[in-house]
Amino acid sequence: MSPSEVRPNSAPSSSIALSVNGRERALEVDNRASLLDTLRERLDLTGTKKGCDHGQCGACTVLVAGRRVNSCLTLAVAVEGDEIVTVEGLSDGDRLHPVQQAFLERDGFQCGYCTPGQICSTVGLLAEAKKGWPSHATADVSHVCGPEGVTLDENEVRERLSGNLCRCGAYANMVPAVLDAQAAERR
Amino acid sequence: MSVLGRPLARLEGREKVTGSARYAFESSPPGVLYAWIVQSTIANGTIREIDSGEALGMPGVRFVMTWQNALALNDAGDAELLVLQSRQISYRGQVVALVLAETLEQAREAAAQVSVTYDSEPADVSLSTTHPRLYAPAYTNAMFATDSVVGDVEAALGAAPVTIDATYSTPAAFNNPMEPHATVAEWHGDDLDLLDATQGTNWARETISAVFGLPPESVRIRSQHVGGGFGSKGPTRPNAVLAAMAARLVGRPVKIAYTRQMMFGLSGYRSPTISHIRLAAEADGRLTAVSHEAFGQVSPIQEFVEQTAVPTRHMYAAPNRLTTHRVVALNLPTPSYMRGPGETPGLYALESGMDELAAALGIDPVELRILNEPAIDPESGEAFSSRNLVGCLRRGAERFGWSARDPRPAVRRDGRWLVGTGVAASIYPADVVPSTARITAYPNGRFELAVNATDIGTGARTVVMQIAADSLGVEASCIDVRIGDTALPAAAPAGASWGTASWGWAIMKAGAALLEALQTTPRIPDSGLSVLSDTAEEVAAMTKMARFAFGAQFVEARVDLESGEVTVPRMLGVFAAGRILNPRTARAQFVGGMTMGLSMALHEDAVVDANAADYANRDFASYHIAAHADVPDIDVEWLDEEDGNITPTGGKGVGEIGMVGTAAAVANAVWHATGIRVRDLPIHPDKLIEQLPSPY
Ligand code: FES
Ligand code: FES
Repeated sequence: MSPSEVRPNSAPSSSIALSVNGRERALEVDNRASLLDTLRERLDLTGTKKGCDHGQCGACTVLVAGRRVNSCLTLAVAVEGDEIVTVEGLSDGDRLHPVQQAFLERDGFQCGYCTPGQICSTVGLLAEAKKGWPSHATADVSHVCGPEGVTLDENEVRERLSGNLCRCGAYANMVPAVLDAQAAERR
Repeated sequence: MSVLGRPLARLEGREKVTGSARYAFESSPPGVLYAWIVQSTIANGTIREIDSGEALGMPGVRFVMTWQNALALNDAGDAELLVLQSRQISYRGQVVALVLAETLEQAREAAAQVSVTYDSEPADVSLSTTHPRLYAPAYTNAMFATDSVVGDVEAALGAAPVTIDATYSTPAAFNNPMEPHATVAEWHGDDLDLLDATQGTNWARETISAVFGLPPESVRIRSQHVGGGFGSKGPTRPNAVLAAMAARLVGRPVKIAYTRQMMFGLSGYRSPTISHIRLAAEADGRLTAVSHEAFGQVSPIQEFVEQTAVPTRHMYAAPNRLTTHRVVALNLPTPSYMRGPGETPGLYALESGMDELAAALGIDPVELRILNEPAIDPESGEAFSSRNLVGCLRRGAERFGWSARDPRPAVRRDGRWLVGTGVAASIYPADVVPSTARITAYPNGRFELAVNATDIGTGARTVVMQIAADSLGVEASCIDVRIGDTALPAAAPAGASWGTASWGWAIMKAGAALLEALQTTPRIPDSGLSVLSDTAEEVAAMTKMARFAFGAQFVEARVDLESGEVTVPRMLGVFAAGRILNPRTARAQFVGGMTMGLSMALHEDAVVDANAADYANRDFASYHIAAHADVPDIDVEWLDEEDGNITPTGGKGVGEIGMVGTAAAVANAVWHATGIRVRDLPIHPDKLIEQLPSPY
């Protein structure tokens, strides 16, 4: 990252290369730009949504280096070199990611605005469960998992997905979708 | 099996799970400028001076719009839309300037540098039942009578062996769809093109063309995907007017989105309500009087009267009835539509009162409601097109296991938890408004349905396809659906639970006419054979009847003796909403409504800060809505209801009936668990903890 010359009366910007959904994207970004706004306004990747811009709703969730993050709380300049995956990068060509498929089958959404965040968050939480990470809903954190990681149940899903708000109230259908996705991942 | 009634998956589902569905803000025409709103920091007074100099000197900033350089707008009947027209400030957060810049970051930072000074007056922000400026409005929202008096309530109350006199209140409630309001505006000469987050583009076009003095045909508005609305995207909001005005002045396209904080002030909300409920009954449980006096607030610039006592007019038979509405104009943002206006806070009050009455009488709350079931609409004297509240209550009681319930409060202990169950009844009007629709047959066997419906997450796109397929007797896959665009045949907005019935009737009429036309057309031309329908005459000719959907809600609540926290492990809703056209999307509406009702009962609390003269908690960190962990598995069932006296779709609408009774059922379950009657929502732990027994 090379901070460009600061022109008088001009906000400092940086030339960076972002790796998004497996593609290198070179761009000059305002240093103040969030990853969320950079994806949406600069790269036309509008699948990632802005619900609050304050880290309070999860609509902007993307995967950075495999972990779920709120892209509204992440500066674009801070993730140069990291592998960024957005909802647009989950499917394999026309084949939906198992989490997308499960949300579709279980009708895990209504207006769809929180959905990309819920889906990316689910991809992240399945990876966390696989690594054996416990949650607040895990009864015994000393024996959380076998070789496949934590086997989720409804309460685990509700707890682990609570950073993603849904005003339509589609939660009840998302829970079985997440459980389906974990089952599919293990098949 | 007919296409209607099948649980078809949402047409746009794939776009929504892959992120390719575009919402209003998600388009950037060449040359677009970003707009950022500057809001007033006083609640009452006038703008003394606005200094835009520093902002204008900042990089990328192209224009700062204020009352001094804005376009003159016409009054379209909603003063909320008269943005930047004067120095006057009537509530904190009103728009005082709009900054336009090349990027979001530039616009946002420059907005912080616009300096506004004010001449401030004292602000009045507290609602009470004794406020000296309370007044009786001419009518409530949706033109209902302000007051309705039948018989002599006072005499009946004096004579009855059992009475209830209690006051219930609900805080201001903010809709907060996950997609903040947004608009992209672009002028082509004197023609205006808007992408707008709205529940109805025809309504929006009517408003926008009036505000700007344009012929409607030179305004095009589209809303392909809308990230929820819950009433807040019904009327046009300042975002659309600001974007269009700014785009006109700078000669470039403009895009604008509210921040989440702006959603608490510039997009409407439910007024806080206070309901004084008085009930009188004979010892056998028959009501002799029902009185519901409702109080709410409006803003100084625009009157929207929540019709809180209106549902009470239709619920129970009682010879003496009184329902009134009083409001006061306060220096707070303008209240407006929020899911189930009137019914939602009104039924919380009435159905809590009925629960108190049941306890006072020693009668089961399900039975008390059944006992007071009216034969005809108590308010109008008209017959009900169908009324299956009793069926919902009975079926729900059976499915929930109600008969085993011990009526005594505060006697079920499970470790550190007290456990209880509650019930409440629901009602919501089944209205219809005129719409038009066009169906075109093509020689390749496909049909195009064009109807300006809006899908705000309800499944509308899918259901209108099903209705069209059904009316033509073809598979749903033969229909191409076009909605969400004023270029299409005009149709009702998605709101008031009337969308599907209104669109559906027009579609059925077009389908029938097209089938007829096809019989006499030997060969369909390549350009297709079209039929356009309009239901204005049919809607006007409907016989007067009382048309409502009904429901019964059952809830189990657990209250933690250590903390006072309430959790709800189990909810059941049984509904009678006419014919269910798509069980998959209808279920989602019922469940979503119940989830929002749960959120209202236990979480959402808007707190007025008297010093700042505004709502203090204007974000998701402080205005809590139900999250995943708060929501149990929700059980929903509906009765098969054939109602030949509503529209030919047979459906009564499902957008609101799931929500309206939920909060009362939760509060009643909390009472049954603890013996504590919370009459002021939400039921936060502090309202319980001091009265709870020791857990040890
Ligand atoms: S937009 Fe990032 S958490 Fe809400
Ligand atoms: S589906 Fe609308 S906010 Fe979740």
